[in-house]
Amino acid sequence: MDNVVLNINQLTVAVEGKEILHDVNMEIRRGETHALFGPNGSGKSTLLMAIMGFPRYQIIKGNITFKGKDITNLPLDERALLGIGMSFQRPPVVRGVKTRDIVAACLKGRGSGEIVGQLAGKANLTDFLDREINYGFSGGEVKRSEMMQLLAQNPELSLLDEPESGVDLINVVLMGQLINKLLEKSHRIRNRRHAGLIITHTGHILDYVNARTGYVMIGGRIIGEGNPREILATIKEKGYKECIKCAK
Amino acid sequence: MTYKDKAKAAISKPAVLGEDIDLSSYVSSAEERPYQGDPSRLPSKAKEDMLGVGISLDGTNQRSGTYIQMDNTAIHSSVGQEGLEVMAIGRALEKYDWLLDYWWRAISVDTDKYTANVELNQHSGYFIRALPGCKIIYPVQSCLYLTKARLAQNAHNIIIAEEDSEIHIITGCATASSEEAGLHLGVSEFYLKRGAKVTFTMIHSWNPEVAVRPRTGIVVEKDAVFLSNYVIMKPVHSLQANPVARCVGDNAVVRFNNILVAPPGSNMDLGSRVFLNARDTKTEIISRAISTGGNIINRGYIEGDAPNVKGHLECRGLILKGRGVIHAIPELRGNLVGIDLSHEAAVGKIAEEEIEYLMARGLTRTEATATIVRGFLRVDIDGLPPVLSAELQRAVEASEKEIM
Repeated sequence: MDNVVLNINQLTVAVEGKEILHDVNMEIRRGETHALFGPNGSGKSTLLMAIMGFPRYQIIKGNITFKGKDITNLPLDERALLGIGMSFQRPPVVRGVKTRDIVAACLKGRGSGEIVGQLAGKANLTDFLDREINYGFSGGEVKRSEMMQLLAQNPELSLLDEPESGVDLINVVLMGQLINKLLEKSHRIRNRRHAGLIITHTGHILDYVNARTGYVMIGGRIIGEGNPREILATIKEKGYKECIKCAK
Repeated sequence: MTYKDKAKAAISKPAVLGEDIDLSSYVSSAEERPYQGDPSRLPSKAKEDMLGVGISLDGTNQRSGTYIQMDNTAIHSSVGQEGLEVMAIGRALEKYDWLLDYWWRAISVDTDKYTANVELNQHSGYFIRALPGCKIIYPVQSCLYLTKARLAQNAHNIIIAEEDSEIHIITGCATASSEEAGLHLGVSEFYLKRGAKVTFTMIHSWNPEVAVRPRTGIVVEKDAVFLSNYVIMKPVHSLQANPVARCVGDNAVVRFNNILVAPPGSNMDLGSRVFLNARDTKTEIISRAISTGGNIINRGYIEGDAPNVKGHLECRGLILKGRGVIHAIPELRGNLVGIDLSHEAAVGKIAEEEIEYLMARGLTRTEATATIVRGFLRVDIDGLPPVLSAELQRAVEASEKEIM
């Protein structure tokens, strides 16, 4: 159990009174990357938001444990400080707040302006540091900015919501590199501390980031679990209907 | 008809905007103050008050010139660079006959009872002039300091930037007392000649009993650039100002940045008006208002009267706490085909989504809110020297705790 980073047990989540997730179970160990597939509206983002602790996502049953600590009722910011980070699919624009300031805040005093500059260099966002966060950013810039912030935050569990959507082919490669760095893919497996849960629609990102386990979520339930490449191949060939059939 | 005659005729004329102030409840004379050759020898309380509005008197090596008026006496004026003139307006009128050609030209003496009162009971004010082609390196600072209870401070200021000159002015207006009533009437006329550049940064720090009625007119000639930054973050009983800039020469540019924070008991009615009267002139008015319980009317007006003019107006307001009201009134008027004017206005609270975004990065709710407020009040100003940017930032940060 020592290696378990995230344990989700019988998690049932409602948004504005409407139940979206039903009895979700999941376990991610240190160093592992898991991928979450599912059609639009199946509840994938809801799961990430609930793990992160957004107040709109009410946990009505079950619990979430992070590194052995029950965080089911822990506020969002405390979960972030414990070591959970998230890249948003569509993050808000925060007018007046510079990208540099947020990256510096993510560092939580662990580094200087120099490190902010280095991270921006890696994400090819040097010219964006003095721009208002997400204001006028293209799809790819938003995603790279999210990764830059996460790299500064250095979380033990990264929740990545569609990191490749809206990203052109060249930048998908860069996104892959950034995610691999975040998830310590260059370390030997036994030395990796960082874990990840990635939502992907197209599976493109899996060409660059290896994932150990894949899940299929439909209608707020995880209906299948297995090798992510095999799952993806099945979805590509036969669609989600086959997954539903398999689950039965 | 002389200016005095016009003023007499207008002395009871209420202003178009703002609460009517009873001038008879204020006195217009105050004891003469001795001239102070070395302003660093002023009492430490006064220096501290002045520092709060960006006036640095200890080691003024980062200032090109200084003017200080205490109540109705000009107690100090000095310059530290060739090509710059800083003096009491009375002295300037004695020195230059031609100065009368600028007197009440950017704003009418009979605009309202306040302009009339300044003409009839004027006590000093400053004259600042950058000579042709002179780039004044460090900012010039001027301070109007109010110490006497119930005094009406009537200042008339004239600022002239001659052709191709450049000057940065920081004006701080403050009151010594945190509770005594007072009235600050300041008429300021700016004349920017061809190719001149002026940045004017004004920081106000009053108290809950002071009424303030500045009256400002700016005339901007061909290729000239006027940037105004106004910051008020401390309580004031009643502030009403609506400066007007006229771009009369081609390619002139005017930008107003206003930062207003209204604590409980404050009533602020602040606008900026720009008339784009010549070809290819441009303006941007950016106004950020925060109510922590006080009331703010946040105005802006741009009028385009010439080909290929461009203007943008942004009035944004945040109600952070209390029962204050923010009323945004952005207005645009175009009189010609091909002009390009736009505005955006918003009044509201901080979006929960933005707070949570920052909280997901590990900031507490309070830290996230403070970061967003700091960002809201941050106005990046092109062309502002670092020393002025720092002063502006300092003024904003000094009030952050009170805002939160």
